[in-house]
Amino acid sequence: MLKYVLKRIGMAVLTLLIITFLLFLLVRIMPGNPFPSERMSAEQIANKRAEMGLDDAIPVQFFRYLGGILRGDFGKGTSLYYGAPISTVLSTAISNSFRIGGLAILLGSAVGLLLGIVAALNRGKFWDGFCTVFSILGVCVPSYVFLIFLQYTFAFRIPYFPYFFDPNRFLFSAVIPSVSLSLFTMSTIARFTRNEMVEVFDSDYVRLAEAKGMYGSSLVRKHVLRNALIPIVTVLAPLVVDLLTGALVVEKIYGINGIGKLMVDAITGEGIDYNYVLALGILYSALYIGIMLIVDLLYGVLDPRIRVAAREEG
Amino acid sequence: MSNTAAPEKILDIRGLDISFRTNAGTVHAIRGVNLDLCRGETVAIVGESGSGKSVTMKAAMGLLDSNATVNAGEILYTYTDEAGTKQTVDLLKLPKKTLRQQFNGQRIAMVFQDPMTSLDPTMTIGKQIMEGMFLHKHMDKQAAKARALELLELVGIPDAEKRFRNYPHQLSGGMRQRVVIAVALSADPDVLICDEPTTALDVTIQAKILELIMKIQKEMKLSVIYITHDLGVVAKVADYVNVMYAGKIVEVGNVNEIFYEPLHPYTWGLLSAMPDLDTDDDRLYSIPGSPPNLLHEPKGDAFAARNQFALVIDEKAEPPLFQVTPTHFAATWLLHPDAPKIEMPPELKARLERAKKEADKYL
Repeated sequence: MLKYVLKRIGMAVLTLLIITFLLFLLVRIMPGNPFPSERMSAEQIANKRAEMGLDDAIPVQFFRYLGGILRGDFGKGTSLYYGAPISTVLSTAISNSFRIGGLAILLGSAVGLLLGIVAALNRGKFWDGFCTVFSILGVCVPSYVFLIFLQYTFAFRIPYFPYFFDPNRFLFSAVIPSVSLSLFTMSTIARFTRNEMVEVFDSDYVRLAEAKGMYGSSLVRKHVLRNALIPIVTVLAPLVVDLLTGALVVEKIYGINGIGKLMVDAITGEGIDYNYVLALGILYSALYIGIMLIVDLLYGVLDPRIRVAAREEG
Repeated sequence: MSNTAAPEKILDIRGLDISFRTNAGTVHAIRGVNLDLCRGETVAIVGESGSGKSVTMKAAMGLLDSNATVNAGEILYTYTDEAGTKQTVDLLKLPKKTLRQQFNGQRIAMVFQDPMTSLDPTMTIGKQIMEGMFLHKHMDKQAAKARALELLELVGIPDAEKRFRNYPHQLSGGMRQRVVIAVALSADPDVLICDEPTTALDVTIQAKILELIMKIQKEMKLSVIYITHDLGVVAKVADYVNVMYAGKIVEVGNVNEIFYEPLHPYTWGLLSAMPDLDTDDDRLYSIPGSPPNLLHEPKGDAFAARNQFALVIDEKAEPPLFQVTPTHFAATWLLHPDAPKIEMPPELKARLERAKKEADKYL
């Protein structure tokens, strides 16, 4: 089992390294300029390039960059937040996005699971229909539409929540964006849970368990939930990453200094900020890889077929 | 074979009538089924796919799909309760909870067709076997484990101690079916329903599983119902045979009556369709046509359209069950006193006589 875990971690690190290299290469060959060129003379730009080592050979630049990362130094912005180290700017953004995203995940998966379970247990009845309608709405309507709706209703018409994000009143001002972000996750999880559970309910092994004399909540707990939950973990993982990496539009509309907003600024600013794009790209990949790694390991805990295979592997 | 005086009925299905609501309309799948099972006996239900064999027994287990409705009939189950008095209950009238708590697993257990899918993939087989004991016998963990190991050995799983901790995917199909049988036996049932227990297994394993069930039946004094379309299985295991067609039992008899003196043209067809080595004909017979769609209630005898011996009356009225011997019944107008004398096809007759002689040699 330990060998399996180490192997997965090794693979994850290697993948991240390859992605970092590709990202680095892509950013360098991307058309456009890393500096706010309209405000800078050709001479200034040339000086700046030399200062940042952009004229060196690509491999030299890459290893220098890699060396910086290992020391926790992602460099400085080339056009954004001039002069401040990226790690500082990024950590504020990460903390905002992660907290709001985390709330959205908790809310979305908890309510989604509950709704899905209730729908599956009442197949063909009111809650099942409710779950279907809710899921379709939640999946089809983009989160920023919910955001604008909530903002208009609960901040403007009924001025209870703040109209914009206020870091000093974090939890209070996180309600509107978290709720609007959670709806997609909630709907996806609800629909998926419902379908998985219904499928498991129709399975032969649930028939056998019933033939054994199991019924009601112990049947659901012991035979249905575990089998239905395994695939849900797979669906949840990318949703988690999506939410953690910040919602580009939601953050922009609600004025949250998060990584989504940072990414938009880095690309749509006066120049394409090489270092921010790179740092955020690496962060996104690291999150994806990290979460997928956790899912793989979680699978091992949940699904004996994988656990046993892992044990036999080493 | 049960030759004891007045065998005691344990399961008695009377006039069972079940329909299913589907998108296309109501399917009248079971149209008045009667079936007896006496203690210690083995009864087989044979018929084509869709004839309603499984549905009949699922009704007894309370495992019908939610779109099924029981229109009429009763499934009487007779048992001796804790106080030692005989009780007879109609399983169809019991609330689901009571059925699960007091009957499923504990009195009537079931083995399903496909061992590859009938075990929970996320639970060790040991736990799955012990579940029934915890539910019905309130055993403590140690006693349950000991009993589970016994059962694993009884169903012929070597290295029970190790297998106990295995997950289903670590076992072959044949082994899994043995585990399913062990699960079914976990709470010492009186009746075991085997729904095509060998269909999904390869031929060499089939015989072993059948022998296993017969051995266990003897040891645990079980009454067994086989649901199958395989007449080979029937001949091997059954005391009584019910031939089912389009939601009705069309012929009942003991195994010799059904195999050597069949009366219903459908049974003739089934027997003729069995592969036979001692024949000059190299084509395998099959009954022409296919079973009627029970979405539309057949008029007259449901088998008439496929029956080369059909009479005019078959198109108009459904035949009643004619009694021929104390145990042998068949629902065909051919048995009516006014019907023309029609015998089974001569090829079949010759073949059955050959089989009988063959069998007599072993007596």
